[in-house]
Amino acid sequence: MSPTDIPDQTQPVLRRLTRAAELRRMWPLYLIFTTFALAALLAPLAAPFDPMEQDLFARLKPPGTTLGGYIYWLGTDELGRDLLSRIIYGARVSMMVALLSVTVSMITGTAIGLAAGYFRGWVEVILMRLVDIILSIPAILLAIIAVAVLGPGLQNLVIVLGFTRWPRYARVAYGQTLGVANMPFVAASRFIGLASWRILVRHILPNIVAPLIVVATLEFGLMIIWEAGLSFLGLGVQPPTPSWGSILSTGRNYVASAWWISTLTGACLFLLVLSVNMIGDFLRDRFDPHSIKR
Amino acid sequence: MSAPPAIEVTDLSLKIGGVDILSQVSFAVNPGQTLAIVGESGCGKSITALAVMGLLPEGAEITSGSIRLAGRDLVSLPEREMQTLRGNAVSMIFQEPMLALDPLMQVGDQIAEALTAHGKSSRQDATDEARRLLERVGISDAGKRLRQYPFELSGGMCQRIMIATALACRPSVLIADEPTTALDVTIQAQILRLIKELGEELQTAIVLITHDLGVVADTADQVAVMYAGSVVEQGNVHDIFAHPGHPYTQALLRSIPRLDGVPKAELAVIDGMVPDARHWPQGCRFHPRCDLAIARCTAERPALEPQEAPDHKVACWRAGEVPQ
Repeated sequence: MSPTDIPDQTQPVLRRLTRAAELRRMWPLYLIFTTFALAALLAPLAAPFDPMEQDLFARLKPPGTTLGGYIYWLGTDELGRDLLSRIIYGARVSMMVALLSVTVSMITGTAIGLAAGYFRGWVEVILMRLVDIILSIPAILLAIIAVAVLGPGLQNLVIVLGFTRWPRYARVAYGQTLGVANMPFVAASRFIGLASWRILVRHILPNIVAPLIVVATLEFGLMIIWEAGLSFLGLGVQPPTPSWGSILSTGRNYVASAWWISTLTGACLFLLVLSVNMIGDFLRDRFDPHSIKR
Repeated sequence: MSAPPAIEVTDLSLKIGGVDILSQVSFAVNPGQTLAIVGESGCGKSITALAVMGLLPEGAEITSGSIRLAGRDLVSLPEREMQTLRGNAVSMIFQEPMLALDPLMQVGDQIAEALTAHGKSSRQDATDEARRLLERVGISDAGKRLRQYPFELSGGMCQRIMIATALACRPSVLIADEPTTALDVTIQAQILRLIKELGEELQTAIVLITHDLGVVADTADQVAVMYAGSVVEQGNVHDIFAHPGHPYTQALLRSIPRLDGVPKAELAVIDGMVPDARHWPQGCRFHPRCDLAIARCTAERPALEPQEAPDHKVACWRAGEVPQ
């Protein structure tokens, strides 16, 4: 293998992700993800109907039904609401919850991992044992208990997910910091008299951010599933606000007569999480020099 | 020599986990002068440098002695104050210049950071100053180089940038820990000349740590030879090369290949290794490897004693009688 085959680890992140050849190979995944992202972002424009508007004359209509001049592309649910609009608004809830909780947990976990890996000593012992303790409790159980205590709702969901998932980032940030902190350039920053916070933020953080982005991407997929799971159990976003979890849950009662409600929502969940996970795997391969295919 | 030395280390002793690493190391460097500390690996050169920087590894503890920087004792200085001196009054460069720069930061920003960190200048001024520094350390097309990342530069260029960074705040002392070991020979000479020139220009005292006596002869004014955690001989560079007093110094000089020597003659080597710090030999620590050792050497430890030239000191019982 010639030196030019080795992907340059020092290139700016964005340039590496947008390189044309890779974009071409990954296009179906990017397309799925972008479609959902745009739908979520532009929900009021993208959705043909108000997702909460009921029409009891149009209950449980199959996909493609035309009624009073309107086409219900994906059919309607048990209260005559347009399923497509509900899925689009549900995507908005899913992605917002996932994005916010990933942000909260990434910031918390990274800060804790950085501190533990850089300062070592008792800081390391306290923080990393705390991480071990939280990781030893089944996370979904922890989340269910926390929601039960705080009460359901979008805001609480973000708080709960954010603060049950930070240990994963902490572990990765900690391990990476241990490695980077021993690099000569960190010693060099100390030799010119930089303060610890400055070394951490300006020199160590940029050097450990790539694996954290990979974790965040994979976690993003997981958070979409968790949001759906908790909403399915009635602990997440409350009706009538559309959420994939609650649509799945109520659709289950009608699955024999109106298969499309649960099936199509489930398929969307599957596609979105699949695309996110595969993009995450792809990023991991790009960022991890050990897994680069020869 | 009326001006006080820029840095003066007196009787510095240091332990790591109860093991003697340095014993009674002393040296002083005047502004604009270069002191070379030479010795094999494991004789305490680098730990001395770290002690001066106030960045000793965990478990290391200074048991006695002082490190005076412009009259201020660094040993008792709290870390917060020491941090304001690092980079500002005392700076350091070392091996592996390619790894000593942050791979994800443009080199101009790294130089500028040294200036802004000490509140010496605003960001804009720092960038201008970084450009001037780059030109001063002999990097052409400085404006373009400022925006490059370390991987785009050669080892020699990275070391020039390290030098620019280290000297950005015009420290009174620069420690160079084997600054040229990772570079090829032609670049080595250029870098050493640059360090020396800048030292004289900025009146910076330079402590050059090396195991290459060729580097010493080219660059240093003063030499301190270290062996097993203490200084065994010190003096000006001419005395050391012309009249080496310690058998260790003599052996080091004999082990340099010479152009005017006997062709194809085997190179002299010093048998054995630097002893383990946990089991220093009794008496003179060099005696197990010394051809001239006598009974006294195994029992009593010699101190540094002045020779013919008053600033040339040797720690050897047989210093006066050793054939040269």
